Amino acid sequence: MLSTSKIAAAAALMVAILPLSACGGDPTSGGGTGDSSSPAITIGSANFPENQLLAEMYAQALEAKNVKVTRKFNIGARELYLKALKDGSINMIPEYNGALLAALSPNGEVPQGVTTTDQVDQSLKKVLPSGLEILKSSPAEDKDTLTVSSDTASKYNLSSIEDLKPVAGKLVVGAGPEFKTRYQGLVGLNKVYGLTFKSFKPLDPGGPLTKAALKKNQIQVANIFSTDSSITTDNLKVLDDPKNLFLAQNITPVLTKSKVKGDVASTINQVSDALTTEDLTKYLAEVAVDKKSYKSVAEQFLSDQGIGQ
Amino acid sequence: MSLALLVPPTPMINYFGYLFDGANWTFGGDSSIPDRLLQHIFYTLAALLIGALIALPIGLLIGHTGKGAFIAIGLGNLGRSLPTFGLVLLLVTMFGVYIWPVLLALVVLAIPPVLAQTYAGIRSVDPAAVDAAVGMGMRPLQVLFQAEVPMALPLIISGLRSALLQVTATATIAAYASFGGLGRLLIDGLNRNQYDQVLAGAILVALLAIVLDYLSAAIERAVVSPGVRQRSTRRRTRASTQTPAQEGAVSSR
Repeated sequence: MLSTSKIAAAAALMVAILPLSACGGDPTSGGGTGDSSSPAITIGSANFPENQLLAEMYAQALEAKNVKVTRKFNIGARELYLKALKDGSINMIPEYNGALLAALSPNGEVPQGVTTTDQVDQSLKKVLPSGLEILKSSPAEDKDTLTVSSDTASKYNLSSIEDLKPVAGKLVVGAGPEFKTRYQGLVGLNKVYGLTFKSFKPLDPGGPLTKAALKKNQIQVANIFSTDSSITTDNLKVLDDPKNLFLAQNITPVLTKSKVKGDVASTINQVSDALTTEDLTKYLAEVAVDKKSYKSVAEQFLSDQGIGQ
Repeated sequence: MSLALLVPPTPMINYFGYLFDGANWTFGGDSSIPDRLLQHIFYTLAALLIGALIALPIGLLIGHTGKGAFIAIGLGNLGRSLPTFGLVLLLVTMFGVYIWPVLLALVVLAIPPVLAQTYAGIRSVDPAAVDAAVGMGMRPLQVLFQAEVPMALPLIISGLRSALLQVTATATIAAYASFGGLGRLLIDGLNRNQYDQVLAGAILVALLAIVLDYLSAAIERAVVSPGVRQRSTRRRTRASTQTPAQEGAVSSR
């Protein structure tokens, strides 16, 4: 029993370290794909496994439509790859609509009424730099959640954040330190849902410490991202957010406007439409836990969905 | 919209705002600097005390008998090469968010300098003095505690002081596992983009390390006999080319 949890801990550690060791891409080296008869597109990705997997899925779907794809994966921070998009060294990247909106909003503050997918996409279109365009948002989301163990869920009969109200005073929340002071954290949970928890443990945002503490019941409520594979492997219960406190974070491809032609938009939308949060979690686990290659997992996804056949 | 706006303009920050905000200097509350300082000192001293309780007897034994130096030096170097941050992360993910994994990692950090310097201190005692102590009819423990330890004290204390410095700086990791200490300022500040808080944490850790080092220097002056202090200075300059590792090689011959 202990040994399996040790292995799980070691695996979690590896996953946590992986993005650190993997950021070596050079986003600045030239990417001027020449205009030829067949359309060409350079796809970038951020430097964490999920984003790289998404980029590979879109890349393979486009290649099946005879689009010439150049891959520039593993670009570091959002500031970097947005710059790369703007200067044309990449033409497309799978983004998260809420996070992108926050990055483009003054002081990183998204207006408080804007949380659902539609609201976020509408606001995003207003602030997106000229020359860039977002395509359809996928139903798949990698967003902040409040998550409890199945034991806690059945003990207090929890299925949504609202159900926490009578019992919050008995529960400890664990999350990254910033969760305590930001609106989409304890502040909003108090204002929107009227929750006051027993205490707050500053750990890591959806990382190995938070998950370890949740497993040991040292915290009962954790801030975990919705595509985390431990939600299925550890049988965790993600609480619904009926009042939409947490910002929508749908996978939303961002493209250079000039590249949206021919089959490009329809092919990308086909992939986005087919993808669900559960799928993304499942396929991501194959990369992060089972150590399969991005290429083979993306291939598997597309053939499962019958895309590009 | 121009691209320059993609990166939000850096607001004018008062870099010392957190440090010099009087509200942060009262006891109690989430932003209390005195609380963090006391927690930090507590973690540091606890780890140093536990580390010394382990390393001092072993160092004395090895230094006195001259046996087992190879193992002690090997283990000491092993402890020194373990990354403290990785150790904390590993232990906490395996066993849960408790303070003992953090203290354990700090103890592992504190042991090597104390062990190496205690051993080296005892080995560097003038053999003639030990002979004299034996000749006066002292029993082995008396030789150790009345002749060897007083003469080795400057080196033993230098080991404790170097452990104290390292642990003071590294005790910031307690905050990573949700505990207090000055690391709380660093980690919270980084995660919340409050750089004045980060700066306050960094300055306070550095100041605390300096103050603790001065205090331990004062303790050293109080407990080391003046005669030994002079002799040891002479001896250390003479033996300065000889490292503990070389001494280990000599003694295991």
